[in-house]
Amino acid sequence: MTLKLGIPSKGRLMADTMDWFPTRGITLEKTGADREYAARAVGIEGLDLLLLSASEIPRELARGRLHFGVTGTDLIHERLAPVEAFVAEEAKLGFGQADLILAVPMAWTDVRTAHDLDAVAAQFRAAHGHRLRIATKYHRLTRAWLKEQGVADYQIVDSQGATEGTVAAETAEAIADITSTGETLTANHLRPLDEPPILQSQATLWRSLTAMLSDEEQAALDRFRVKLGL
Amino acid sequence: MTVPAIRAEAARLLAHFTSQGAQPFETGILQPAETLLDLYGEDIRARAYTTQDPQRGEMMLRPDFTVPLVQWHMENGADPARYAYAGEVFRRQEDHPDRPTEYLQIGFEIFDGSDPAQADAEAFATIRDALGPLTPSTGDLGILTAAIDGLATTDARKQALKRHIWRPARFRALLARYSAETPAREAIRSEAPLIGKRSAAEIDARHAALAEEAQTPALTPQDRSTLDAILALRDTSPAALAALRHLANRTPHLAPAADRLEARLDALAALGVDPTCLPFQTTFGRTLLEYYDGFVFGLAPGPGHQPVATGGRYDALTRLLGRGRALPAVGGVIRPDLALEAAR
Repeated sequence: MTLKLGIPSKGRLMADTMDWFPTRGITLEKTGADREYAARAVGIEGLDLLLLSASEIPRELARGRLHFGVTGTDLIHERLAPVEAFVAEEAKLGFGQADLILAVPMAWTDVRTAHDLDAVAAQFRAAHGHRLRIATKYHRLTRAWLKEQGVADYQIVDSQGATEGTVAAETAEAIADITSTGETLTANHLRPLDEPPILQSQATLWRSLTAMLSDEEQAALDRFRVKLGL
Repeated sequence: MTVPAIRAEAARLLAHFTSQGAQPFETGILQPAETLLDLYGEDIRARAYTTQDPQRGEMMLRPDFTVPLVQWHMENGADPARYAYAGEVFRRQEDHPDRPTEYLQIGFEIFDGSDPAQADAEAFATIRDALGPLTPSTGDLGILTAAIDGLATTDARKQALKRHIWRPARFRALLARYSAETPAREAIRSEAPLIGKRSAAEIDARHAALAEEAQTPALTPQDRSTLDAILALRDTSPAALAALRHLANRTPHLAPAADRLEARLDALAALGVDPTCLPFQTTFGRTLLEYYDGFVFGLAPGPGHQPVATGGRYDALTRLLGRGRALPAVGGVIRPDLALEAAR
């Protein structure tokens, strides 16, 4: 068997990953037709390259079906608990930087901190008969942060896309989402709380701690880590 | 510990409680999530298993029997009533991966508002007598509530503190905030369009509340020291009662809470429980999921051990479920696996 490296199959994250490895002496090449999810690594022996959805890479690493994987810190921390039982961080790749933040309507001039949000959640529930809804796809991270901040009387509503639009659509009162420039937030009349981000994320190379290794794979793993200077 | 042995212990405990006059109660493993979510909030999602059904909506694997029992009793039961139940409960253990996520739980609950001190004592003594020798712990969150009511401050601050009684870190943060002067905040207006369900009137109301906050003087050193003394109170029950009586001299709001504690200790003594052997800590049970709001107790093999049994009074929970209709209730639950382990 060979060592398996999973990288994002689409978009900017894939392109930046394809650009990062050659700087460390390993070239990643797409093979087959343009839309085919197939690729190979050149410059190292015994390494299989797999193109996967960035959101599935945490699960595959945790189950030991990938030895290495490139994906965002946000997805690893949202999907795996405790993170250190499943994966080890090998290298921060220096791209894909984004913050997970909690944002409220700009017009909420009375809300700047988590303390304000908690007070408003109590007020909102009394006035509307339901909890203040926070739309996000980062359920665990958002819930853990709000618990740590002592915010009560809120409710998470799942949002898998266009999360910034949920407040205007009145399916949520606030959102928790990944942002890099904040432009989408501003365009949707939203503003982050004046608090440090819930999580600072970037593209990262992870090593599975659960994958079984044959002698051959262990040798390939050592070569791979030496080549990358880890 | 084998599964048949645990089941046999559960059956023994259930039979014991029904022989004491408790009515057996049963309910489904799948429970509608909405009521539980409304009561416990998002905290429950991190601690219970949720599942989706296209017809019934979001469902939960039974995290406890208390909520379905209170609902059943409100619909069908006659006061007073005593119930016993036994069955699996399911809890996620993200923070404690070594703990089981599924276990048997046996409960004994009393719905009787005629004499709360008597019902408290009966719940404790009945559960204690069903088990082998264990170390008790007791507390009373009603004393903390009374201490908050006794503060010379605004209702808004009292409400905020009461709302966070079950979140100790947040409670401490609020106390620190209220113990200093509050800086005034300018009520700025925004040019941004108002989106979402929260109205301009609500934003204005909060700015008014913030302005009132800025005018509110800090808690007096005396109020703060009384509250700190209540939070730190940890002694044998009779000594804790004496300390509370002493504090009630300068904070009269505490007197009814002290009376309730005294009546409970008398009722316990009448049932053969020696109050001098009953450790008391005001805030015991503050972080249990059950949101007890009065008498709280636990029985464990020793200090630092996971409790075999926990219980307490949950009047506020029944008030929420009954949409304002009060239904004084007290009871407790036993883990038969831990009971067997402790008895070895």
